[in-house]
Order: sequence, then C-alpha cells, then structure tokens
Amino acid sequence: MSENIVSFRHVSMQFPGVLANDDVSFDIRKGEVFALVGENGAGKSTLMNILYGMNTPTGGQVIIKGKTVERFDPSQAIAMGVGMVHQHFMLVPSFTVAQNVTLGREPRKWGFVSDLKKANAIVDGLVEEYGLTVNTRDRVQDISVGLQQRVEILKTLHRGADILILDEPTAVLTPQETEELFSVIRRIVREKHMTIIIITHKLYEVMAISDRVGVMRSGKLVGVENTCDVNERILASMMVGRDVLLGELDRHDPEVMDNDVAVTLDHIQVTDDRGLPAIRDISLELHRGEILGIAGIEGNGQSQLIEAITAMRPLRGGDIRIGGVSIRKMTPGQVRALGVAHVPEERLKTGVSAPADVTDNLIAGREKEKRFSLFRTHMKRKAVRQYAEELFEQYDIRGAGVDVPVGSLSGGNMQKVVVAREFSFNTPVLMISQPTRGVDIGAMEAIHQFIIDKRNAGCAILLISADLDELFRLSDRLMTIYEGRITGEFTPSTIEKTEISYYMTGGSKEAQA
Amino acid sequence: MNELASILNIGLLQNTLRTATPVVLCALGCLMTDHVGMMNIGCDGMMLIGAFAAVMGSWLGGSWMTGLLLALAIGLILGLFYGVFVIKLKSDEFIIGVALNIFAGGVTTFLLRELTGQSGTFHAPEGNLSVLPRLNAAWLDNIPVIGQIFNNNTLLVYVSWILVLVCWVLLYRTPAGFWFRSAGEHPQSLRSAGKSPEKMKYIASVLCGMLACLSGAHLSMGYLTTFSENMSNSRGFIAVACVIFGRSNPPKVFLAALLFGFIDALGMRLQTFGISSALTSTFPYIGTVLMMVLLVWRNEQKKKKLAVSGLR
Repeated sequence: MSENIVSFRHVSMQFPGVLANDDVSFDIRKGEVFALVGENGAGKSTLMNILYGMNTPTGGQVIIKGKTVERFDPSQAIAMGVGMVHQHFMLVPSFTVAQNVTLGREPRKWGFVSDLKKANAIVDGLVEEYGLTVNTRDRVQDISVGLQQRVEILKTLHRGADILILDEPTAVLTPQETEELFSVIRRIVREKHMTIIIITHKLYEVMAISDRVGVMRSGKLVGVENTCDVNERILASMMVGRDVLLGELDRHDPEVMDNDVAVTLDHIQVTDDRGLPAIRDISLELHRGEILGIAGIEGNGQSQLIEAITAMRPLRGGDIRIGGVSIRKMTPGQVRALGVAHVPEERLKTGVSAPADVTDNLIAGREKEKRFSLFRTHMKRKAVRQYAEELFEQYDIRGAGVDVPVGSLSGGNMQKVVVAREFSFNTPVLMISQPTRGVDIGAMEAIHQFIIDKRNAGCAILLISADLDELFRLSDRLMTIYEGRITGEFTPSTIEKTEISYYMTGGSKEAQA
Repeated sequence: MNELASILNIGLLQNTLRTATPVVLCALGCLMTDHVGMMNIGCDGMMLIGAFAAVMGSWLGGSWMTGLLLALAIGLILGLFYGVFVIKLKSDEFIIGVALNIFAGGVTTFLLRELTGQSGTFHAPEGNLSVLPRLNAAWLDNIPVIGQIFNNNTLLVYVSWILVLVCWVLLYRTPAGFWFRSAGEHPQSLRSAGKSPEKMKYIASVLCGMLACLSGAHLSMGYLTTFSENMSNSRGFIAVACVIFGRSNPPKVFLAALLFGFIDALGMRLQTFGISSALTSTFPYIGTVLMMVLLVWRNEQKKKKLAVSGLR
C-alpha cells in the first residue's frame, strides 16, 4: 500500500510568461485514489500532462515505478502504464466503441486487415472484467457523455494502464453518472489494484472518493493530506490561500414589485443545427425581479432555448412574446432593441472578439450612440475610452488595462468583460448562459453578486448553467429541462440536488408519484 | 426508334468507361485527402501535370512504362509539395488547391515550349510515342455484349477498378484506414493513441498526387498519346464533385464517376447527330450541377424527415 508508484521531484514548468509548475515534489502511492485539487490555472492539468508525457518539464524529475522518465512522450508514458482520460474526450465520433478502444493497436488478420470481430471480443472482455457496462458495437456519437467517459477508461485499460489520470471527470456528468463513476473507481482500485489520480475542483468529490489529497495554488504544491484528516473548509482555504467559502449574497426583495410577466414562451418548438428537434414543446413565463434557473444536462435544448429568445435561432412553432410583443419575425438586433441583453454560453465564440482590445469589446453594440460617435460613422475615441475605463473599474475587471486584447485576459476577467457590456445596457430582460464556466472562485463570487444586483433592481433573468450549485445559489425558481421539454418546476430551498437530477434525466412527477 | 438504338449502342458504353476512368482515378486520390480532412481541389492541376509527365516520359524513355513511372514520380513530388504547404506550413487547403491548378496550366504550357519547342499540342517528332497496352481475354469475346464492353480496354481502366476495391478495403477494413479517418475526424484521439495524424495526412496527400497523375497518364496515353494544353478540361473538378456526391466512399464515388462518364459519352454521341458540339460539351458540367442539386435536396429531405419524426 505504501509503495510509491509515481514521484515528482522538484518539477517546474515554465511556459512563455507563466510559471505553471513551481518546484513541485510529492509521491503517489500504489493502489490509492489521489485527488489533486486547485483553482483554475493552479497548474494541476499541466502537472498531469507532464506525467502523461504531453509536456516536457523545464526542471525536475518524474519517477514512475522506480524509473526516472527520460523522454516525455505519451507513447512512452503509455508503455510505463500511465493512462489519461482527458477533460475533452479523445474519441472519434463515427467509430464504434470497440474501434475507438482499439484505435492505434487494432487486432489484425492476415497481417494488414483489421479484425473487427476480434476487436469486439477483446473490448467485450474488458467490459466484463472491469464492469464498465457499455455496448461495444454502438457508435460513440450515439451514446451519452457518461458512457463516452467509460469508453475513454476502457481505452486506457486496453493499453495496459495501471495508473489512471482522470482530468475533471465529473464536469460533464449528472450526479447519478458521477456516483456510478465513483463506484467503478472504487471497484477497480479494490479488485485490480490500480492507482487513480483524479483532478477536480469539487471538494465534496474529494471527500467522497479520495484516500489522499494534494492541493495546488498558483503553480505550487500547498500540501498533501490524508483525506480523513481534512474537511472541505480546510481544503478550500488551502486552495485560495484565504479563509473563504462562497459568501452570502445580498439578496433582497426586488425594487419592482408589480411582478409583471416580461417574457412569455408559448408552446415553442426549435430545431438544432442538424435539423433535429431541440425544443419539442416549452411554455413558460419569466417575471420581472426573478431569476429563473434552467437545470439540465448539456444538449437537452437549453442552448437553443436562449438562442430562440434572442432570435438567433428561428422558431419552428409556437410564439415568444417579450413585453407583449411577438418576436417571431425579428432579428437579434431588434430583440436587443426591445430590451434583451445576452451573456452567451461560449464567451470565446460569441461573447467577445478575442483579438480586439478590451475597449472595443466593452463598447460593442453602443458604437452608434451619439455620445460615442460623430454622424454615426466616426468614433469619439476619447469618450469611448473613458466609458470603457469606467466599466473596467465598476466591474472590477483585472488585467493590464483597456488597451490589451481581450484574449490576453484570464477566463474570469474575460467573462467579466462580457457581463459588464451586457449588464451596462440596463435592459429589463437578461439571458444568461453558463456565466461562470471555467472561472475562478473570486470572479465567480463577483459575477454572482452582479447577477443578484440585477435581479434586485427588477430585471427578469433567465439563467442556464451546468453547475447545479450555481443554480441553487442564484435562482428564485428552478425548472428542469430534458429532451426539449420542461420536466419540473421547483423552489430551490425546498428540494435536494439529488432529486433535481432525477428530473434532469427524464424522470417526471407522475412517474415518481 | 432506330435513332434511339443507334445512340444507345455499345460504343456509348465503351466510351462511358473510357471517359469515366480518369475521373475515377482522380476522385480516388481526392477522397483520400478528404478522409484526412484536407480535401485537395488542386487535383485537376495534378492531373494535367500528370498527363504532361506521362507523355514526356514515354517520349524520352521510349516506352509507356517510362511514361507511367514519370507520372507517378511527379505525382509523388506534387503530393509532398501539397502536404508540406497544407500540413507543415498550415496554409489553407483551398488556396493551395487553386494555386496548384493555376500553376499546372502555366508550367505545362511553359515546359512544353521549352522542352519540345512545340505549342498547343505535342506531336512526337519521331512518332514513337507508345500507347498504354490494351488487355484482351479471348474467352470474353465469346460473350456478346459484355465481351465488347469489358474487353480490350487500356490497362488503367482495369487498374482503376481494382483500385476502387483496394481503396475501400484500405479505408474501411485496415488499421491504416482507421488511422486515416480518425486523422480527419478527430486528430487528437489519434495522437493520444500514439500515432501521428500528420503522417497520415502526408501519406494521403502523396497517394492523392500519384492517383491524380495516374489519371492524367490515362488522359494523355490512354487512347491518343498526345498532350495538349489544358487537356484535363476541369475533369479534376468533376472528380471533386463525385467525391462529394459519393460521400468519399470509393464504390459510391465510382458510380458517380460512371454516371459522369455516361453523360460525357452521350454528349459526344449526340454530336454525330448534328447537335452542336458547343452544346454537348456542356453536358458533363450541367450533369455535375444537377448531381449537386440532387445531393443538397436529398440532405434537406432527410433533415425534414428527422425533424418531423422527432417533433411528433
């Protein structure tokens, strides 16, 4: 049990401008579940990429099973028994499970032809042996994310891994799928004596699954503890270096009390990019002064819901009224003018223009206002800059100033730029999608308070998030969405997260009753 | 009725195979690059250069074999050239493809004048250019229609049929094929499996160059043994259309190319019936456009069907 299987000795990793790992030394023991926690950018993933041979450290040594790693290369790491399940799966969508698992080391017949039958048999054998139930003949594009993760694990097992790195494995899973994953981990550790390294920033998962935990902060190892000797509060303060968990939010009755309906969805139907139905039938009312949270597993129509309300995606049926006006035939610009601001789910794709500077991103959408432009053609740079600096200050954006490209800011500050721009329109309706995805805890706290302030001021807010904690923290009302339909409506204070997940996976009130 | 019979005779089918073959070969090359995610629209230019190289090879070497070898060698170089630009230097594959096409027109015209002193069309001074051999099986002649169609074609016609099968097996039944396809669809997963997607792309692009030049060789040495400027006549683009129409699946692409060959042959046939050649020579291109329209329409129908079945 106490034999060291992996040792890091003074490992440093210098990227241009960033010291991602700074003199990190610790050991991982054979047959344990080791959790590596830290905020975004703390250097956890970098360290594990070094172990998997994807990065070559600029200093220090890595020792695997008593051998010092000479050459950092994934195939070398694989040969030494290291397997990694990346956060973004490395699967070919159109291939079957078995084809994906055996990719790169396919069984052959007659020397050059793939033996697909044998591949299926081998993978079936692995499924049997490790209890990772999945149909090996299904195409990966047709199976759920939870199953895809199993395929990834099977892949590493097929390559003979006995040290398994899981990079944020639960980020894409429902609570049930997480529980299943954990029972798989426990079983393979117990029965197959594998060593598991799990990267996460969810502290309750650390408590639930790990034997020992290492905490990283800004590239350094803060400490390694036995999980039974610590609690979430201790870990959190180790992670951020100060004594905080998320604080209480300043929530009070909204200033607008008339409880008007701001947005009405009337049996809407929407298709996705492939023409498949994404929203089958949704009706709901969004009131002023409330935050309506939508909980669902990604890909169940929540993205299309917001795109429909902002007119970025056409309606196939039904109607949407904002302030009583139908937006069926409107352009996104017209809907904006009606009073809808939008914090989109993918900030790099639709939220900001990464190469443009902070000023331009903050001003976007206002460039034709009189105070910023002469004859709607010539921009008054001075006024623009002053305005941008005000927002920069007001929303506590941290970066090298308003003249640098937005792309050079950290994720959290980039997100603050989006929030600052959209919130500054002072619209009565806000569509917010994944406001704190990949954002560190400090920025998260700030963004949450901005959202609550808007609600307190009487905005009607629709909030979509993959983070259940966030939804519970912010929402006044909570709805679950599954396969393009609303499956339940709840008050966050009266329901448990586990129960919500039942509705997120297609359960219905009738079925439970 | 008599007239119809004289249009749709065996000669028409023979011509179909003849005109389809360069398209088939070129399309096989093109679909290789499509599978690794860098569809080469420059194969028209590669075909033209291949045609030129084949004629030069057989003129200088005195045999059809030297012609084929030179075409293949040049194809290999062109494929590498395309690969270096698209994979290593990360240029846009369409821009490189367009550049290749323009380059091909220029370089063949230039070299034709420089090397032979002739322009427009090349005539070997000694008249010693050898044609690709025709294959003959006596027993096939005994079968009436089939014998006439399938017998007595040039070597590359049969080679193209074999290659269709080989390409299919390679892509869908061998490990290398899986690596090819994953290099195009999800390169990181191939990389994490310890294989290099770049290597697959280079191999595909070299194969594409060689196949495209082989198709050029058939164009210049298959029946005529002459090179004329711009003789590929946009067949490479029709090959690209066939690849799209057949969804990069070799047998389906083959059928699409045959369909094209049939339309082309029909056009030539109709010329003998007094229909202007200016009109009939547009047939293949109109056919290609119609094929593309059909493809889009079919996709739309599929989408609608899915949407309807899903919304219920």
